[in-house]
Amino acid sequence: MADVALHPNRVQATKATRRRNGLHNALRRKSTVAFLMTLPLILLVAAFVIYPAFYSLHLATLNKSMTKFIGLGNFEFLFKRDTFWLVVKQSCIFAISAVIFKALIGFIVAHFVHNVPANKQRRWRGMLLVPWVIPPAMSTLAWLWLFDPSYSAFNYTLSFFGIGPIPWTGDANWARFSVILVNVWYGAPFFMIMYLAALKSVPEQLYEAAAIDGANWWQRIWYVTLPMMRNIIAITTLFSLIVTFANFDIVRILTAGGPLDHTHIFATWAFRIGIEGSDIPLGASVSLFMVPILAVAAIFILRDISKRGNEA
Amino acid sequence: MAEVSLRKVVKRYDEVEAVRGIDLDIADHEFVVLVGPSGCGKSTTLRMIAGLEDISDGDITIGGDIVNDVPPKDRDIAMVFQNYALYPHMTVAENMSFGLRLKHYPKAEIKSRVTEAARMLDITDLIDRKPKQLSGGQRQRVAMGRAIVRNPKVFLFDEPLSNLDAKLRVQMRIEIKKVHQKVRTTTVYVTHDQVEAMTLADRVVVMNHGRIEQIGAPNELYHKPATRFVASFIGSPAMNFVPCRLEDVGGRLHVRLTDRLAFPLPPARAARYQAVPRTDKLLLGIRPEHIAEARPHLHPGVEPFDAVLDVTEPMGMETLVYFTLEGAQICGRVNPNAGAQDGAPLRLAVDLNNMHLLNEVTGVVL
Repeated sequence: MADVALHPNRVQATKATRRRNGLHNALRRKSTVAFLMTLPLILLVAAFVIYPAFYSLHLATLNKSMTKFIGLGNFEFLFKRDTFWLVVKQSCIFAISAVIFKALIGFIVAHFVHNVPANKQRRWRGMLLVPWVIPPAMSTLAWLWLFDPSYSAFNYTLSFFGIGPIPWTGDANWARFSVILVNVWYGAPFFMIMYLAALKSVPEQLYEAAAIDGANWWQRIWYVTLPMMRNIIAITTLFSLIVTFANFDIVRILTAGGPLDHTHIFATWAFRIGIEGSDIPLGASVSLFMVPILAVAAIFILRDISKRGNEA
Repeated sequence: MAEVSLRKVVKRYDEVEAVRGIDLDIADHEFVVLVGPSGCGKSTTLRMIAGLEDISDGDITIGGDIVNDVPPKDRDIAMVFQNYALYPHMTVAENMSFGLRLKHYPKAEIKSRVTEAARMLDITDLIDRKPKQLSGGQRQRVAMGRAIVRNPKVFLFDEPLSNLDAKLRVQMRIEIKKVHQKVRTTTVYVTHDQVEAMTLADRVVVMNHGRIEQIGAPNELYHKPATRFVASFIGSPAMNFVPCRLEDVGGRLHVRLTDRLAFPLPPARAARYQAVPRTDKLLLGIRPEHIAEARPHLHPGVEPFDAVLDVTEPMGMETLVYFTLEGAQICGRVNPNAGAQDGAPLRLAVDLNNMHLLNEVTGVVL
């Protein structure tokens, strides 16, 4: 398909003409044109993604002062440290629970917005997208104040009900809860907008057919909405899983990995070790650990999508 | 299976009245077609029977029970949609059995019903395919299969053939008729295609502007239309209308079309129109097949006249001829060997035994 000539009648051109117009013909091929048009992006990706990726692979094989090649020494060192395994566990808990709640809340809110009369929908959509469009570093600072142990709005409000004060960022479990909460607050609108688009693409007649077939509200969601949205759900989840797994700003600002490393995830811990601890090769090794985990997730989810294909 | 009744059913959207008080009784086993131009309220009426639209006023009963506030799933109906509305993620068998599975029918019964319906519709080989692997006609069969396996009280069809090409439409029309002959389920069928309406229906309901214009058997509507709308909507090419008035010439009632053209009415027609005031503005309604080439020996009531043809359309078994009379374009159907040519004169004859006379103001057929 990619090599179809733009002008089919040119296929009949003689060999001689073709040789003479080699470059001209090459430019007429869709694939060549497509390649040239994407070249700037390919160069950008190469410069800012591929080069740093290989450079970090190189870094991860050096010693702390970056003077000697030590092979897999950094990784061996990491495997022996309890903090590393704590970070692995926390990254998984953080990413998986945050994505589940984002997906759940996004789905519910998308349904709510979908059922709002069309003339009011824009307003609701706009308001609900606000958390996602505010730079997270800024909004996390606001959350930091909300979580303040002594003067915060949360603890003040809870005190009326005789609850608290809750050490939102001071206790290991509460701190984990808080970073997940902020991440869900920040990321749920993305799910909402993706699901809303998917909901709008489900033909109304399918719901009518299901209603006539005897499906109640819940069965319509289970047998029509969810299967129709499966691909969007899978892609959104994968994308969010990657972004959440690699999250840095929220954890960094809210807890900086504390208390006692109990909220560190890969990116924040890599930063702590590599930049703050001046061991760049070890920091690079930590961040490289995200790659295999995310690759496995990506393979599973994308394989499922290509298997199902576009059924509609 | 059941009878369906509509009593003074009204549907209002904000300021627009889409359906304006419809009364309709559909007998058990009957195949009724609602037909009319787009926006006439036929689909809205069907959707109200299905329960997909609330009714603003009136009553709908299915099998004797008022179902105004009964949700679609409890009305025991099945519907075939214009876009088929098959579940794209389910196979043909799963699509067909979906309703039964929701109602927790035993697996063996589901299987036997699906197999039976698939056999009836000739889609047994497709049973494990997904809808996207099917052609339009096959999807339409699956949609019908989904309705049949439910064995509902009423089938509702919402323009089911509109998305098919002309050839397939004719074929599926016959299929639908065959299926109805086998299952005999009460059927309400909506279409804008008068040919579909005529060929499928036991009774046709012609709708216009949210009202019923006429209800009747296909031939009754064709030969005895009640209004100008029905007369022009049913039949293709459509009925011709020429402004005219009645006058008495030499003791015989004539219908005068132009200053030079007037035809004496046959005795039966003359008796029927005797009481019509001679000053009324009238329309002469004549179907194209009642304007043919003039033969040497004309039957009583068939009157010859000369016309200059504007356009001819050879159709093979006949030739359609178009000419202008009093500013109105008239269509006739002549024998292909009658020598009709564009721009040439031709002696034609009009069969007044099959004429219709309409009041030009009210549109009522007299």
